[in-house]
Amino acid sequence: MTLLAVENLTTYYKLKEGYVRACENISLQLKQGEALGLVGESASGKTTAALSLVKLLPDNAHVMSGSIRINGKEIAGTTEEELRRIRWKEIAIIFQGAMNALNPVRRIGDQIVEALRIHEKITDKEACRRTAELFEKVEIDPDRVREYPHEFSGGMRQRAMIAMAIACNPKIVIGDEPTTALDVMVQAQVLQLLEQLRRERQMGMILITHDLSVVGETCDRVAVMYAGKIVETGPTEKVFDEPAHPYTRALIAAFPNIEGERYLASSIPGNPPNLLYPPSGCRFNERCLHAYARCREEEPLFTLLSSGHCASCHLLEGRVRI
Amino acid sequence: MGLIGLAILTFFALMAIFGPYLVSISTLTVDGVTKVMHPPTEGFWLGTDDLGKDIFAGVIIGSRVSLLVGVAATAISMIIGTTIGIVSGFYGKATDALLMRFTDVFLVIPWLPLMLVMAALLGPSLGNIIFVIGITSWAGTARIIRSQTLSVKERPYVERARAIGSGDTHIMFYHILPNVFPLIFANTVLVAAVAILSETTLSFLGMGDPTQVTWGMMLHFAFAMGAVSFGAWWWLLPPGICVVLVVLSFTFIGYALDEVLNPKLRRRDQ
Repeated sequence: MTLLAVENLTTYYKLKEGYVRACENISLQLKQGEALGLVGESASGKTTAALSLVKLLPDNAHVMSGSIRINGKEIAGTTEEELRRIRWKEIAIIFQGAMNALNPVRRIGDQIVEALRIHEKITDKEACRRTAELFEKVEIDPDRVREYPHEFSGGMRQRAMIAMAIACNPKIVIGDEPTTALDVMVQAQVLQLLEQLRRERQMGMILITHDLSVVGETCDRVAVMYAGKIVETGPTEKVFDEPAHPYTRALIAAFPNIEGERYLASSIPGNPPNLLYPPSGCRFNERCLHAYARCREEEPLFTLLSSGHCASCHLLEGRVRI
Repeated sequence: MGLIGLAILTFFALMAIFGPYLVSISTLTVDGVTKVMHPPTEGFWLGTDDLGKDIFAGVIIGSRVSLLVGVAATAISMIIGTTIGIVSGFYGKATDALLMRFTDVFLVIPWLPLMLVMAALLGPSLGNIIFVIGITSWAGTARIIRSQTLSVKERPYVERARAIGSGDTHIMFYHILPNVFPLIFANTVLVAAVAILSETTLSFLGMGDPTQVTWGMMLHFAFAMGAVSFGAWWWLLPPGICVVLVVLSFTFIGYALDEVLNPKLRRRDQ
């Protein structure tokens, strides 16, 4: 069953100089209990795409077009009031650097109670009881609900954020680089916890990250973004084993391997384009080793490579096109 | 320095709370036969005024009303200033522009004439004095709170609060207010000093409540009855010194707090 269907979502940031095309024609599907990895380098529009879903964007961001359906219900273009009900109840977010996403002057338990009481008509006592349960769920001593964020370690704060995210039993959890600032051991713990909760509760999960190993470990499917567009999407093994788009290939090659020979991972020459004036044609053409004249003129369409695996590159022409 | 301020303030606070029980009210009633305009002597430690009232008792009883006016007016000023500051900083754009121009008006109007006009229009009563001082002294607070709100509202936890579905009012008062609280606190102390000074000024200029004994009223009567030309220093000096000490103590505490709470003033060696 398709839980979330996003079609042609386009979000621009308005500046004095014009529009920054941060995220253009994004289409995604998420099934119940499925984990989707959204990868790409910094400033490729991953976070913009995810936050557009619940319109948690800065004032100068404009969702230009697109449709967002949760369980078949269209939520693009709903009022702020309705969006507030959808937030956290349907789509919860684990923020980038969750350690800063907790208010330093409020007790952690109170902040989870706050989330519960906004969405459910329950008494304070009931909310406190459920908060203690949630703490147990994320393996934090329930006696610590009355502590302040500074009394928690980074990993614990991240787990408290996860507890907060699952408090209202959301259907979809968006993890915006949930493990970025953590060391590898804690990272593994947090990812395991997320995996376990996802399976238990059959939540759909969108994991935004630039760490391909995280995606490889946890995600069923992956979408690769470059300069505001999805360039390749498909089942994780398929994309990692047979990357079709030159950018995906470069991204995988740039990832160091812990085993095997010692060599410096190859980086991609050049910088991502300025999205205020994106290049014509394929947005990757300036850095692509295989670019030819057509790449600079014409925008590539998606080519279906195998079931559920497609990429947008002129070099894949001749195969089945969708 | 902050400790000195705190000590002086504690002294006056205790005086305001317990003082009136220690001096007998009878010394404030007119007893004008024997000792009128009498310099300090035994029994009347600070002398008497033109009606034979004991100055020492007056100073002690006056402390209560003077401090009360200061505290109440400060409370009004803080509530208005904080609300306008947070709302203005949080919503930004047109709301901000409108509220801040309004604040500017209060900031640039010479407050003394404004207070005098309002006090004269509303009539002399304690409540009116508090009200007038309260609504003329919030502008600086509003500005400071606004600028801090601008910074606090961009913090990730405010975004998270929005993500869990919080409304604007909830975010402003549950998440932003506690984070601007240190500034409100430091500002309260400085505004309190100004409020007490304003009360004295208004009373001195004859806009105070004539039925209440305050330091300002004592100064007013002393001045009106010619204490200066009579050379009655014992009548003018005590209330004047009290006002100066209280204001000084608030200022000391205010600067000490500012040094603790304002990172720009924090010294490196700490």
